Amino acid sequence: MPSSWDRIRDQFPILDQQVNGRPLVYLDNAATTQKPASVVEALDRFYARDNSNVHRGLHALSMRATDDYEGARARVREFINAADPEEIVFTRGTTESINLVASSWGSANLRKGDVILLTEMEHHSNLVPWQLIAQRTGATLRFVPVTGDEGLLDLSSLDKALTPEVKLFAFTHVSNTLGTINPAAELCQRARKLGIITLIDAAQSIGHMPVDVREMGCDFLAFSGHKMASVTGIGALYGRRALLDAMPPYQGGGGMISSVEYHASRWKPSPERFEAGTPNFGDAVALGASCDFIDSLGRDEICRHDGALAREAYEKLSELPGIRIIGPKGERGGLVSFAFGGVHAHDVVTFADEDGIALRGGHHCNQPLMKKLGLTSTVRASFYVYNERREIDALVASMRRTIKFFGVDG
Amino acid sequence: MSAELSDLYQNVILDHNRRPRNRGRIPTANRSAHGDNPSCGDQCDVFLRLDGDRIAEISFEGSGCAISQASASLMTTQLKGKTVAEAENLYKEFHEIVTTGKEPGDMSDIGAFAGVHAFPARIKCATLSWHAALNALHEDPAPATTESHKD
Repeated sequence: MPSSWDRIRDQFPILDQQVNGRPLVYLDNAATTQKPASVVEALDRFYARDNSNVHRGLHALSMRATDDYEGARARVREFINAADPEEIVFTRGTTESINLVASSWGSANLRKGDVILLTEMEHHSNLVPWQLIAQRTGATLRFVPVTGDEGLLDLSSLDKALTPEVKLFAFTHVSNTLGTINPAAELCQRARKLGIITLIDAAQSIGHMPVDVREMGCDFLAFSGHKMASVTGIGALYGRRALLDAMPPYQGGGGMISSVEYHASRWKPSPERFEAGTPNFGDAVALGASCDFIDSLGRDEICRHDGALAREAYEKLSELPGIRIIGPKGERGGLVSFAFGGVHAHDVVTFADEDGIALRGGHHCNQPLMKKLGLTSTVRASFYVYNERREIDALVASMRRTIKFFGVDG
Repeated sequence: MSAELSDLYQNVILDHNRRPRNRGRIPTANRSAHGDNPSCGDQCDVFLRLDGDRIAEISFEGSGCAISQASASLMTTQLKGKTVAEAENLYKEFHEIVTTGKEPGDMSDIGAFAGVHAFPARIKCATLSWHAALNALHEDPAPATTESHKD
């Protein structure tokens, strides 16, 4: 492994603490990852030296802050291999990015009779924005089915789903509940052949594996910084230049106009058109720093590391009595989601917390999928670069103790 | 196991979770209400037959953690035979128990929920079924949600 992996936990001071008298085992990375010292220092450095409003000041600090902000945009462009920096719109995160497309692209392009194609495994953030725009435009939603507990997309039904009424196909790259890695390039290719616009929710893939918008061939891609070792409140929308330039503004305000009169205004091109108000430049700098951090480790290596932990956890957990693990048996993203017959996920998570283990229990913003699988909630363990195999053993030991307490250990 | 955790998962609670009382629909119910806890997905339906001002029968259906299921089960045993005003007072007492850890004046089983107060995220689990029951008594047409009440 490359040297940046050596002593990686030292870069995350938060991990060095006791919770309920036990060493913290942080396995809630799909909700948010921890932040390395280099990202926090970049944020600190910006506020200690360069902070000033961007794009309008003629003084030194404003020019420096503008360079930092636009430098972060260029860094994100490089990170996802977009063609040019004007294709990167900074947002609050994945949710705002998808709402931006649904609201702006959707209002200009959707009408009654049109279909928005989604999958049955979408997070609420890639479902509810489409429900809202469908209500406003008269378009309807259609879903590519998920195949039972293994949680793969039923690709055999895709051709049937991709009818001429479909104007946009939005899907998640990696499922936050199942761990399924969808074949993004193939899905985009099949949609594009029919002239259908594609949007990828990359929230769960961006920090874990190579994400190349031109290789995947998507039209839009949405992600959050805080799930890729950066801070909360910043994320991005990638959009193909020609699409962004044809879209109406999402919000109005300063920074997005080329001229304003009392009764009408004209807009700047992308990305400023979609960044009304003072942008979140401080956090954008931190996002750029997290791209550096991730590339210093290597995204193929991160993918191998997280995937190997998830598979080992899957194997060890599957030996527990009464457990039901959902998601693919083979290749999967860095998470495992499971349920026990006689113990609710929240009770499991409460017991794990007493062992210093941070897990997620609930519907994971995936209520329709849970209902389809006949579940109300699952326990989820999700991994990142600093997790170690010994933490899987701690997880399994804690699960054994819990099911024994509730008397479901056979 | 820590004292806080064993206080939370008392035998009374584990017993009601394993063997819920009054689970199912009452065919003769003349009032019912649905409750949601949107933050964790727990759901609860309460059915009751109000005879004048008195709860003649009461039952529940739902899914959720041990705390929410035990609370719903125990609640049905406590509310059967009570008047609307008595039910409201009992909820006030229950709410104080789960939010402050105060033991009840008598030896009532609802005291088993005192341990909940050390786990603030779980207070809504304990109160969900009570919200649904009160909505049913008040004939509130909107589903009860733990987000619209102060617990």
